[in-house]
Amino acid sequence: MTTELFFVQLINGIQYGLLLFLIASGLTLVFGVMGILNLAHGSMYMVGAYLVWYFATVTGSFTLSAILSAILALALGILIERVLIQRLYNRNHLDQVLLTIGMIFVFNSLQSILFGNDPYGVAVPSTLDGGIPFTENSSYPIYRIFAALICVSIAGVLYYVVSRTRLGMLIRAGESNREMVEALGVNIKSLYTIVFAIGVMLAAVSGIIAAPMRSIVPGMGESVLITCFVVVVIGGMGSIKGAFVGALLVGLISTFSSVLMPSMSNMIIYIFMILVLLVKPQGLFAK
Amino acid sequence: MSRMKTLLCAAMAASLATTAATSSAASDPVKIGIMLPFSGIYAQLGEAGRDGLKLALKEQAADLHGANIEFIEMDTEAKPARAPELASAMLGQHEADFVIGPVHSGVAMGMIKVLRGKDTVMIIPNAGAAAATGPLCSPNIFRTSFSSWQPSYPMGKVALDKGYKDVYLISWNYGMGRESLEAFEESFEAGGGNIVKKVLMPFPSTNFQPHISDIAAQDPDAVFVFFAGGGAIKFVKDYDAMGLRGKIPLLGSGFLTEGTLEAQGDAAEGVLTGLHYAEQLDVPKNQAFREAFNTEYGHYPDIYAVQGYDAGLAIADTLNQLSGDVSDKQAVISTMEALTINSPRGDFTFSRAHNPVQNIYLREVKDGANVVASIAAEALEDPARGCKL
Repeated sequence: MTTELFFVQLINGIQYGLLLFLIASGLTLVFGVMGILNLAHGSMYMVGAYLVWYFATVTGSFTLSAILSAILALALGILIERVLIQRLYNRNHLDQVLLTIGMIFVFNSLQSILFGNDPYGVAVPSTLDGGIPFTENSSYPIYRIFAALICVSIAGVLYYVVSRTRLGMLIRAGESNREMVEALGVNIKSLYTIVFAIGVMLAAVSGIIAAPMRSIVPGMGESVLITCFVVVVIGGMGSIKGAFVGALLVGLISTFSSVLMPSMSNMIIYIFMILVLLVKPQGLFAK
Repeated sequence: MSRMKTLLCAAMAASLATTAATSSAASDPVKIGIMLPFSGIYAQLGEAGRDGLKLALKEQAADLHGANIEFIEMDTEAKPARAPELASAMLGQHEADFVIGPVHSGVAMGMIKVLRGKDTVMIIPNAGAAAATGPLCSPNIFRTSFSSWQPSYPMGKVALDKGYKDVYLISWNYGMGRESLEAFEESFEAGGGNIVKKVLMPFPSTNFQPHISDIAAQDPDAVFVFFAGGGAIKFVKDYDAMGLRGKIPLLGSGFLTEGTLEAQGDAAEGVLTGLHYAEQLDVPKNQAFREAFNTEYGHYPDIYAVQGYDAGLAIADTLNQLSGDVSDKQAVISTMEALTINSPRGDFTFSRAHNPVQNIYLREVKDGANVVASIAAEALEDPARGCKL
């Protein structure tokens, strides 16, 4: 591999890792704070992608569709938490797994009924279309740079909110001792609703951002779910910083392994995960 | 979670009501088992195949000599693990005369395990696995679609004719992907072409960007790929996004641009593919078929509907020649073997291994449609390696 190609792949890996972080951040937030294992997280990613595709075909504007879809996803998050998830806080993980697996089937069927099973694509918004000259014969798409910047910004905001704001303090307090926070007069119920809804929205937003870069197909949610879990497990359950580092590592490793040893590349991130767990059984940044 | 459903089709009986009940077959229905995916990622393909099949039998109703058709539908969900069980039910419980299916090659292997050498005639309306009309070929197994070898083999010669000497190959590491690349290599290397690199990605990974960066760095004369469905959309879009479209020509097995063009948009313009069909194919039968399908179902058919339709024609023509009597299975097989199917893709016959002997068209994407540029290979017959028929 030449030096030039090495840097190209480095950029590819970072860009892939940033998108992975965005998808995984909601999962780790919801698990870390609320102790809810949301297997339907990938479905929320799919919801974001399908919604933005649908609104984009109706309105013709990607920006408008993205905003509409994100708001709808937030509302969907509130609804799911209020109607379903709230009943599970005192139950064990197995019940949560059952419910959220059930939700995967429900969302897949809804997708099939509402949007059909054809594969769809969303066009890149015209202002971000095109590429900047990159190597001799290839260019780097502007939209992908934009997407990476959005991911970095969201990571920054998320980090700031969790570590520097009152809401973040409450989230962290609720994480370590739910009863005590409640005893201090904080409405933990609505706090949990907010956190869950934000988690859903983060997954949907990553689906929205990814939509112009990938195909919108049935089952797209499940395909990202496993990689997300790998990211979260490597980073440490519930750690935003861990998800960020884990996502970048997985992005880089899968990019380089897919070029250097394509036939093994699917296995390599799992081998890496096992190695991390052998050294740090709770993940890199577990509390 | 068994989603097996059994549907008795009364429509067929109704359309035949005018035929006098002189034939003994009328009391003993011809049972057609349909094993296609009606849920999961291939649901659309399964529905198209079934709709095509039923349209053919409806159109040919007058030629069935009063035979009553009974359809038995099963949803394979495109899950190979369930295929043997469902196929056994078709054979034992339902005593199907014909089994139409499947879409997915893995499911095909499971079905063949059960149906091979039996009296029930299996007609594959899609799955292209080489083995089905290769080492596992059998007198009672027919295919109305293609073998994985067929759409790709002529593309090696197409690449040479265009003057491409160094070609980069990439696909998924599964049957259809491997067999497609091998078929391309076979004709391309025989004509003096050089394979720069051959990449087999794990299925169904769609992280194409690192590979496309690698293609740019290798700078070959052309790229040949097999991808289908969502992966095909993403590959073509990524290839364009990285600025390679128009610089390094992209060639593929026809599924790269089949049912995906709308989602691919401008990114697909100029892509060259080989396939046994094109929607705008200038064959009278094709236009008639497309209109009839649209009248019946309210949308235009795709290649999967054509393949299902041709499976229906194979059954209808066989019934016609046998006066509606399918009790002699040897007669059914020898009749079907000798048929010329008047398909929307152009007439085709069956090879000794029961795979279509058919034209492969070279198509170029122009203004969002696969436009036929030429016939890449005329009456191409799969070599049927390993078949002892």
